[in-house]
Amino acid sequence: DVGRSCILLTIGGKNIMLDCGMHMGYNDERRFPDFTYIARHGKLTEHLDCVIISHFHLDHCGALPFMTEMVGYDGPIYMTHPTKAICPILLEDMRKIAVDRKGETNFFTSEMIKTCMKKVIAVNLHQNIQVDDELEIKAYYAGHVLGAAMFEVRVGQQSVVYTGDYNMTPDRHLGAAWIDKCRPDLLITESTYATTIRDSKRCRERDFLKKVHDCVEKGGKVLIPVFALGRAQELCILLETYWERMNLKVPIFFSLGLTEKANNYYKLFITWTSQKIKKTFVERNMFEFKHIKPFDRSYIENPGPMVVFATPGMLHAGLSLQVFKAWAPYEQNMVIMPGYCVAGTVGHKILNGQRKIEMENKHMLDVKLSVQYMSFSAHADAKGIMTLINQCEPKNVMLVHGEGGKMEFLKTKIEKEFGINCYMPANGETAEIETVHDIPVDISLNLLKRESSLASSKPPDPKKPCVLHGALVMKSNKLQLIEPATAFRELGLQEHHLRFTCTVSIEDEGPVSQTVDTIYKLTKSKLSNYPVQYSTDGSITVSESVLIKVSGDEEDDTKDILVSWSYQDEELGSYLLKILRSELLT
Amino acid sequence: MTKIIWSKFQVCLSSNPSKPCFVLYFKGVTVMLDCGLDIAQVQHFLPIPVVPGTQISKARSWSPGFEKKIKECSGRLFVDGAFELATPELKILDLSSIDAILISNSTCMLALPYITEYTGFKGYVYATEPALQVGRMYMEELVNYVERNPRTNISSKWKHEDIIKNLPPPLKEAVNPLLWKQCYTKHDIDSSLSKVQVVGFNQKMNIYGCVESTAVSSGYSLGSSNWVIKSTHEKVCYVSGTSTLTTHPKPLEQSPLRNSDVLILSCLTQTPLANPDAMIGEFCVNTAVTLKNGGNVLVPCYPSGITYDLFELLSIHLDRCGLASIPMYFLSPVSDSALAYSNIFAEWLSQNKQSKVYLPECPFPHAELQNQGRLKNFKSLNGKFLKSNDLIIKAPCVMFAGHPSLRMGDVVHFVELWGKHAANTIIFTEPDFPYLEALGPFQPLSMRVCYCPIDTSLDFGQANKLLKDLRPLHLVVSETYTTPPMMAAHRTDLTIDWEPSPFTYSRGQVLSLPVKRKFQSVDIDTELAAKMEPVEVKPGSAITMLTGSLKIHDNIYTLKPLPKDALIGQKRSHDGFNVHKKSYIFGSPNIQTFVDVMTQQGISSIKVEETGSGSIIHLPNDDTLIQVDGDSTHIICEGDESIRVKIRDSLIKCLKKL
Repeated sequence: DVGRSCILLTIGGKNIMLDCGMHMGYNDERRFPDFTYIARHGKLTEHLDCVIISHFHLDHCGALPFMTEMVGYDGPIYMTHPTKAICPILLEDMRKIAVDRKGETNFFTSEMIKTCMKKVIAVNLHQNIQVDDELEIKAYYAGHVLGAAMFEVRVGQQSVVYTGDYNMTPDRHLGAAWIDKCRPDLLITESTYATTIRDSKRCRERDFLKKVHDCVEKGGKVLIPVFALGRAQELCILLETYWERMNLKVPIFFSLGLTEKANNYYKLFITWTSQKIKKTFVERNMFEFKHIKPFDRSYIENPGPMVVFATPGMLHAGLSLQVFKAWAPYEQNMVIMPGYCVAGTVGHKILNGQRKIEMENKHMLDVKLSVQYMSFSAHADAKGIMTLINQCEPKNVMLVHGEGGKMEFLKTKIEKEFGINCYMPANGETAEIETVHDIPVDISLNLLKRESSLASSKPPDPKKPCVLHGALVMKSNKLQLIEPATAFRELGLQEHHLRFTCTVSIEDEGPVSQTVDTIYKLTKSKLSNYPVQYSTDGSITVSESVLIKVSGDEEDDTKDILVSWSYQDEELGSYLLKILRSELLT
Repeated sequence: MTKIIWSKFQVCLSSNPSKPCFVLYFKGVTVMLDCGLDIAQVQHFLPIPVVPGTQISKARSWSPGFEKKIKECSGRLFVDGAFELATPELKILDLSSIDAILISNSTCMLALPYITEYTGFKGYVYATEPALQVGRMYMEELVNYVERNPRTNISSKWKHEDIIKNLPPPLKEAVNPLLWKQCYTKHDIDSSLSKVQVVGFNQKMNIYGCVESTAVSSGYSLGSSNWVIKSTHEKVCYVSGTSTLTTHPKPLEQSPLRNSDVLILSCLTQTPLANPDAMIGEFCVNTAVTLKNGGNVLVPCYPSGITYDLFELLSIHLDRCGLASIPMYFLSPVSDSALAYSNIFAEWLSQNKQSKVYLPECPFPHAELQNQGRLKNFKSLNGKFLKSNDLIIKAPCVMFAGHPSLRMGDVVHFVELWGKHAANTIIFTEPDFPYLEALGPFQPLSMRVCYCPIDTSLDFGQANKLLKDLRPLHLVVSETYTTPPMMAAHRTDLTIDWEPSPFTYSRGQVLSLPVKRKFQSVDIDTELAAKMEPVEVKPGSAITMLTGSLKIHDNIYTLKPLPKDALIGQKRSHDGFNVHKKSYIFGSPNIQTFVDVMTQQGISSIKVEETGSGSIIHLPNDDTLIQVDGDSTHIICEGDESIRVKIRDSLIKCLKKL
């Protein structure tokens, strides 16, 4: 489901963990993936070849320190540079909320986050990384959030693409996901918005701005719960430019702490943002905001309109929840949920229309403020998923990270439109997908040249295939297709030379050469596709080994026709003998 | 049918091994390696003055009756016409036949617009993102300087062989002036660079299904790369601007370059006698000394590359000398981009610098220097800046300014302005230009001149050590690398030392490289593969005979099962395909077993006669004689065809078969 991502992939004998997320809706052990599935006891290192993290959202990387430090894993972990930079900050943020505020125990420590991040190998886009001799991975741009990547995992001929979360339409700060035609055996794609085909981004933006503007004009306060990095920056750019254009003076705040740091990451990782931002960053860095000021807790009770971006995004803890509690009872206020909320969170409850919410200590909160949902979270919609399938042409598709019913709909659509298998395993369920591949071998150039020169001696005929015959030798895991004679020599195989000789005696007047002529013509007419030639000693050769020799006296009418052939030409030889017998003996 | 070219050649189109341009023919694809511009030739032009009324703008024509645009300045001859650049030799080549251009770093791509524009070129250009962006800056800076005070006349009369040989040096030594071309335009740059496909390090790029090319980090500059070009069985490495020193870029990656069939080595140090570390030290000391004495320091430089390291190292040194308050100025039309881009290429930097962005801090200290106001950058000397220059430029100061050739850019102004005072110092760090030639038109000068060339490219010692590790089968180097440099003829250590002696090239030369291909890779179709029944003939070795139809599509070879209709045709008549049923037999039959089997088949009266080397078997009833002699058998059968078949099958039962 959408709660968290953690997929175990076995491909060509390699085990790869794709993402290692935690569930935001739980506060007990259920929030972390069940690692006993991999190994009941002890470390995971020997059971896993590598871990790949697609992006920094906690539902994709939140359980990583738990896994590496508390369960135990020392193998390689791959993620992009921005993810490696931002991930520890979010982990630390979450840890603080969980341990310091909620007083939880049995949670990973700051030190564990640090040691965990030391195991991380940062990757660049499109770089082919050799994890070991057989396992290769490659990252592609995924949009979604800064540094989000899709990964292609390849072992020999087999390959899988894992999308993580992605976005097929560029937005104000990120580009669109892109992958080349890599034809994986399996595409594992998220399907958060499996059934939605969303209206144009521009409309949504206008809608958002109008709602914010209307609310503040009436003196209301707008709360926008966001994650510190990602959607927040896009909405900041949006509001910043709107405020500038409309010359608005209403204050915009961004919860303190992460703001500047977060924006700095965007400034330094500008290569990961959209084309437009990249192009103009030398003149003006879009992430330097004029209108957006840092927020302080004391401002919550300030009178007058304001817009506040506060973390976290699902209203499950922290400042955003605190602001929400303070503002919820007033009708003129507004909360805009710009992304998906996991079941169990306050965000999820209010989006489902709940107007009374039970808080801690059985305290009931009246929700009177206007609740708006704006799907700004950058996931691919149904159309986007179809586009991606079109781009990479997978042989199978697997839907994950979505809701059952919606996935079912999309599955039917994919199977119908592309004629490929589509899977949607439940949590903890294993799906096996068989793959079919050509086998790569090395062909000796001598063989290739000889066969292609045989073929090209005749005018090329597209209907006739270029036939190639050789010996396939398998030696110490190497496959070589070579000339048969060479192969036998190499393997010390003594070919047995078997030859047949038969005689046909006929009554034919005239000189031997005349008989030879008759046979020559007969042979030629019957075997138009074989080389039939006279040799110097008056015999006839057909193909490689068939020999026809005529002997007899001029005076004597009896002529002996000797037909001789090797085992390789057995079929041809016996056929020729049959012809000579039937044609000449009557 | 696909034409398969097995042999391969390489053409060198550039005479300067540090600004290379090669063409490689390999497995039917034509790949250009780099396209460097021999920028040093601009030294023959009269500098473009920034302000009128200086010594340079007063230069007079050399001699009456001779071409007016050849002017004499400080006793030397210079061309006063529009700037022309020495491009690679392109006429010997059909540019439309080039499939791809591989760029190794930003300094080796400045001739790109000459190749991609107005020539019929339709291939791809591959470069890393930083190489592309920095290369663009270099090109734009060049165009900006050339177009700022445009000269319209091209003077070419002097280039004629009869005339040039009578001119005094150094103009006499101009390299191939007839091939020089006018500078490209901003539009050409944009159009040319729009053809560049950006690649990452270790990204496998497939070129027309024939070869796979991969850029690997070379440690020389931002995004600088060496290239590995390989097919399944052959590997060619192109080692260009490479550095084993620790500066700002991501370090050299050696392992992908190992064990190649051919290694092409270019861009070794241009200053083999100068140690870069010592030179940086000297640069810092000289700067500090001048500043302490109240003089200004002028550093002619490019907008990127080692300039970043100079900012960093000099600021540290000035701190130590208590000169932290001395401002550094950076003057280039692309200085904004040069500084901005350096901050966003963390992935392409040394580990040390890279880890800074995780904090998040700017990877280069010059960002902090800018914040503190210690480093200020300007796009150009605009009017205001010039007229009241003492107000803005706080003397003493360090001025980094382009262009390092001293023929264009704002540096020209500062050589003229500061050259008259002995307290000032000009320090040459860029190895591309002979500094005395560069100063030629400005003489006589009172300012102190320091030559501290910093070339971080491989020196000969490092190159030889690297080659020992990489172990290529064959080595290709410039002719000039096999003899000691002219300045130090006895230093045989300043050569490439390689056994067997390397292949050498010079401009325009075509080399045939000894790469013998033995294998091609082919995919066997699943359906065909499923039918294979390999037989183990020796422990670990198995063999099976295979017949299929060969398909070649996009240079990918696939072996498919023979089409069904061909098989049907076979049964109907013996015309057509004979090969797919071929079978082979091995070994020698045991005579007794053979006889037993024949008996079981109902053949009676078998007489065996031992001969010297084998046996002769008579079947008198069937008019047949069988000669068995070790690994050969001859069946002479005058009897019925059915008898022959029986004997044949009996024998085959006694042999191994494939």
